[in-house]
Amino acid sequence: MDLALSEEQEMLKKMASDFLTDKFPKTVVKEIEESELGYSPELWQEMAGLGWMGLVIPEKYGGGEMSFLDLAVLLEEMGRACLPGPYFSTVILGGLPILDAGSEGQKQKYLPKIASGEAIFTLALTESSARYDAAAIEMKATAENNAYILNGTKLFVPDAHVADYMLVVARTDEKSKGADGVTIFIVDGKSPGISHTVLKTIASDKLCEVVFNQVSVPKENILGQLGQGWSEVQKIIQRAAVSKCCEIVGCVQQALEMTVDYAKERKQFDRPIGSFQVIQHYCVDMLTDVEGARLSTYQAAWMISEGLPCTQEVAIAKAWAGDASQRIMALAHQIHGGIGFTIDHDLQYYTRRAKAAEVTFGDADFYREIVAQEMGL
Amino acid sequence: MDFRFSEEQQKFRQEVRDFLEEELRQGLWQPSCDAWIMGFDPAFTKRIVQRGWIGLTWPKEYGGQGRSFVDRLIFTEEILRYGAPAACHWNGDRQIAGAIIHYGSEEQRKELLPMILRGETYIGLGMSEPEAGSDLASLKTRAVEDGDDYIIDGQKVWTSMGSHMNWIYLLARTDPDAPKHRGISEFFFPTNIPGITVRPIVDITGDVHFNEVFFDNVRVPKKYLIGEKNRGFYQIVNQLAYERSGMERLMGNYPLFEALIQYCKETKRNGKPLSEEPVIRSKLAQLKIEFEIGRLHMYRVTLAMDEGRAPVWESAMSKAYSTAFEQRLASIAMEIAGLYGQLAPKSKWAPMLGLAYHSYLSSKGYSLQAGTSEILKNILASRKLELPAQ
Repeated sequence: MDLALSEEQEMLKKMASDFLTDKFPKTVVKEIEESELGYSPELWQEMAGLGWMGLVIPEKYGGGEMSFLDLAVLLEEMGRACLPGPYFSTVILGGLPILDAGSEGQKQKYLPKIASGEAIFTLALTESSARYDAAAIEMKATAENNAYILNGTKLFVPDAHVADYMLVVARTDEKSKGADGVTIFIVDGKSPGISHTVLKTIASDKLCEVVFNQVSVPKENILGQLGQGWSEVQKIIQRAAVSKCCEIVGCVQQALEMTVDYAKERKQFDRPIGSFQVIQHYCVDMLTDVEGARLSTYQAAWMISEGLPCTQEVAIAKAWAGDASQRIMALAHQIHGGIGFTIDHDLQYYTRRAKAAEVTFGDADFYREIVAQEMGL
Repeated sequence: MDFRFSEEQQKFRQEVRDFLEEELRQGLWQPSCDAWIMGFDPAFTKRIVQRGWIGLTWPKEYGGQGRSFVDRLIFTEEILRYGAPAACHWNGDRQIAGAIIHYGSEEQRKELLPMILRGETYIGLGMSEPEAGSDLASLKTRAVEDGDDYIIDGQKVWTSMGSHMNWIYLLARTDPDAPKHRGISEFFFPTNIPGITVRPIVDITGDVHFNEVFFDNVRVPKKYLIGEKNRGFYQIVNQLAYERSGMERLMGNYPLFEALIQYCKETKRNGKPLSEEPVIRSKLAQLKIEFEIGRLHMYRVTLAMDEGRAPVWESAMSKAYSTAFEQRLASIAMEIAGLYGQLAPKSKWAPMLGLAYHSYLSSKGYSLQAGTSEILKNILASRKLELPAQ
């Protein structure tokens, strides 16, 4: 039983923090949020140069062959910095599934491109029902000669407008409405028939509506087995949920620190407001929530890293982090008072991101039902 | 980072489980909530002593096992899971031994630790007074030097184990002229000295655990002073950290948690089990989530103790969190029981053996005893977050 990071992980954390603090001040974050691309190609290449895209990709494909736990440490720092851009989409939603379920040919084709920063990936999963169960997959993939023809609409697809490739989850078996008959396709982003609309979102994170109109995908672009994709989708959702938790931990940790610093500085009634008991107790409640998120997130990340089954632990982490982040941000705003309510103050970056992270890849209600099932209820 | 227990630790857990299962099979006691406070069973303690399970973390030179706090965590987790009657030895093992180990003289360690280890020392905790609860430092019980003794006069309240005790841990004022925090000393002495009167307090559940204890001219030999005279308040800060650190704050009502889940699976409403109703599923799952988060907090506290430090802020966090969980557990069990929840433990129709009813009332004290949640949050604010003084 040991809760400490290794020396290498501490070094990675520090290096990431230094880089992100230096290169992504809030002025840059704001610029990128307001840009069309939603990321900076120059900074993207710098991150690739640091080995971040290929962090967990095996060396033979150009990666650093580090663990998912190491990646968790990096993701936390990215959450702390409010890093905008398609890192999560490319690495978590594209790279990890290909690493997990790809054929050797697919790994050789795509993983080096991810590691080098050459290719941006994303995952097109959710549809208009906005749910994460198999029945929500209605998009059709119809067999035609050596290809499949995709028709349908995906919603909330991050970075689709800049993605070179999309992992698209579609239904290849018309007769099934459940987990059977779902297939994952690797789709070239420039395929004819794809159109996207970038949605205006609370986290300014370039979520897209993507319409597929007679989009042809070669058979060899199936990831894993035809009609058996749902089990890989479940793994994708688990890893993505934990990865989101890591970002949430960084986000709420930073919000806590900002809030405590503010409480020490801001004076009213001739004393720092942090000397009032209510404010002190609010800060402690935030700290307790942050620590619960940190402990449960790293437990789940460690179990994924070790290849241990962890459906319950993932559910606990994401349910807690989602709910806790809302309590934390509410108190952060309350303690900051009026100044935290302005768009010019940094707090709003954290509030908006925490809200998006809460509902992405399963909210607390979704995961409570999973915990109930794990309890045998 | 590693969330696993070692193979040795897993074996130890199984050993404890096997022992407790066998005890249950023989019908030696019934599982209950708050058994670490209310389960006074000298015979059970004797059997624990025989297996060497008191003093797991004490140095070997004083008769302990020299094992880690993680091992003790495993042991206490199983004792609590089974609701075993461990009250006789709990205080001594959890905190008084630690006080003697850290601050006692060598003779005290050599005399008192083996005594506690034998499991025959039932220790009352004499700290609070009618005018000194959260403001413990304002206590008034006096200890006046007289030759080789101290003469103790005063009154304690909320004294745990008061009616069973044969030894008492006592905080008393040895210097009334010093600033209040700097005039207090720790004592630990047998209670078969004339002048001590115990008056039980009946709590809201109808149980007796807490007591008033009156000291009228009680002559206590000086050898029973622990550590440095007038440094008692600073010494007790560490002891309180250990008192607050334990799994009992999270699992004192574990038998209720299991009973609640079972109740929901077995009880039907409109032809289907309660456990299939979405609202109830959500409530039970949320309790499970909060419990597992609490367990992680406990691991962190335990690892701090294994680093050799008193877990002052860590246990403040884990106790405040865990007692809130246990209060919620009892509340939710009562909500789910509905009208049936009103039925007292031995009443006809009482659900879950009346565990929810009892825990609901009992839990009102959890966020008060051993440090109110407000005091614990004050500690966190100043020690961990370094917020300015109020």
